[in-house]
Amino acid sequence: MIQTRVIPCLLLRNLGLVKTVRFRKPTYVGDPINAVKIFNDKEVDELVFLDITATPERKKPPFELLSKIASQCFMPLSYGGGVRDLDDMTTLFSLGVEKVVLNSIAAEDPGFVRRAADRFGSSSVIVSIDVKKRFFGKPEVVTQGGRRKTGLDPVRFSVQMEEAGAGELFLNSVDRDGTMEGYDLPLIRQVVGAVGVPVVACGGAGSADDLRRAVADGGASAAAAGSLFVFQMPHRAVLINYPPAQVLRDLFRSTESR
Amino acid sequence: MIAIIDYGMGNVGSIANMLRKIGAEACIARDPETIANADKLVLPGVGAFDSGMEKLDSSGLLPVLRERVQGAKVPILGLCLGMQFFGTGSEEGSRPGLGWIDARSVRFAFDGPQAGLKIPHMGWNHVSVEQPGPLFANMPVDSRFYFVHSYHVVCSDPGLVLTTTTYGYPFVSGVVKGHITGFQFHPEKSHRFGMQVFRNFAAMSV
Repeated sequence: MIQTRVIPCLLLRNLGLVKTVRFRKPTYVGDPINAVKIFNDKEVDELVFLDITATPERKKPPFELLSKIASQCFMPLSYGGGVRDLDDMTTLFSLGVEKVVLNSIAAEDPGFVRRAADRFGSSSVIVSIDVKKRFFGKPEVVTQGGRRKTGLDPVRFSVQMEEAGAGELFLNSVDRDGTMEGYDLPLIRQVVGAVGVPVVACGGAGSADDLRRAVADGGASAAAAGSLFVFQMPHRAVLINYPPAQVLRDLFRSTESR
Repeated sequence: MIAIIDYGMGNVGSIANMLRKIGAEACIARDPETIANADKLVLPGVGAFDSGMEKLDSSGLLPVLRERVQGAKVPILGLCLGMQFFGTGSEEGSRPGLGWIDARSVRFAFDGPQAGLKIPHMGWNHVSVEQPGPLFANMPVDSRFYFVHSYHVVCSDPGLVLTTTTYGYPFVSGVVKGHITGFQFHPEKSHRFGMQVFRNFAAMSV
């Protein structure tokens, strides 16, 4: 049976690797190529890179850096940030990126997701959904690196994105990002219950048990995390780390993966 | 020289990266001459069946590809959609495949307790090697491979089945017919496990 994927989610800012807290306060954590080499040696299931300033600063994806990253990635690689047209996607796939992550453009123009899926196939198109709770606790989809409110309901938007052709949904909680306080399990459950495509949970993982709970309790198909794989607790010292395959297998043994 | 066929629908970069890593002589082929001069071929493929076949058709590379594979018996490795092209067609579309292998692609269909399984089948899984061959020599123990697909091939002749994998039910994850081999998984994205498969392919005597 399929093994549950555990995915380091790495953030790029000005060609460096950073980690945020609630999408803010980016802390420099190192050189992305070096990190990729370490994750490669640790045989990670998959890597996701997101350039957090590309869209807000109206920049193109950092193609040259991504080409270097891809040449060191012998595992599936996803990239998101600053993707505005199908040509950007063609370039990314030709560099060796497997899946392209769409975020702001998916909310602005759902038709773009459809065109991307038609051209490249659904399994190459991920829509990432950033969710932030409003003042009274109602969750809302935000874009532009968390800067723009859309008023969209996360569950309804997830269904819409699946219908538009997204092959996978990357569900990220802005409120939990970088806090290491655990995933937003009710949110994950709601979205998983509403769609048929795999949902990757992100935002809040602080321990291996959190990863397990995202799948066992949340129903996610895969668990992604940032801080957990780039920091060593309790002092958040930078340490690129990832559990061995056997440890992960034992962790998810009791979980029926979906 | 291994030629990776670039007709605009494959992850040629990833395959080239891995062949470079293992020190194999490889190139990305967009013209008939390069394909004609290669002693091994890789046919990648990502995307939908019909648009892939259409791209392959309009690339102008099909005549030389057929000539080299069917005539000169040049070893070819089809990956993911590239493997599905080797068959006669797919439930996903209406275009015929290359027809080199008596196989057809169908969508995963689950019922009963499996009904909740997600499609696409996306992630790492094991393969059972169903017949001996050079491509699985010296494999690391507990090898796993990366899959991402919604359709899989079915073939009635068990002699064509190279590997099987279980997702909901056992399906054919690798086919072989003499010099033609296809994998549903992505060895180019499967760490040292896939690297070994490529090493074996590169070392295969022509």
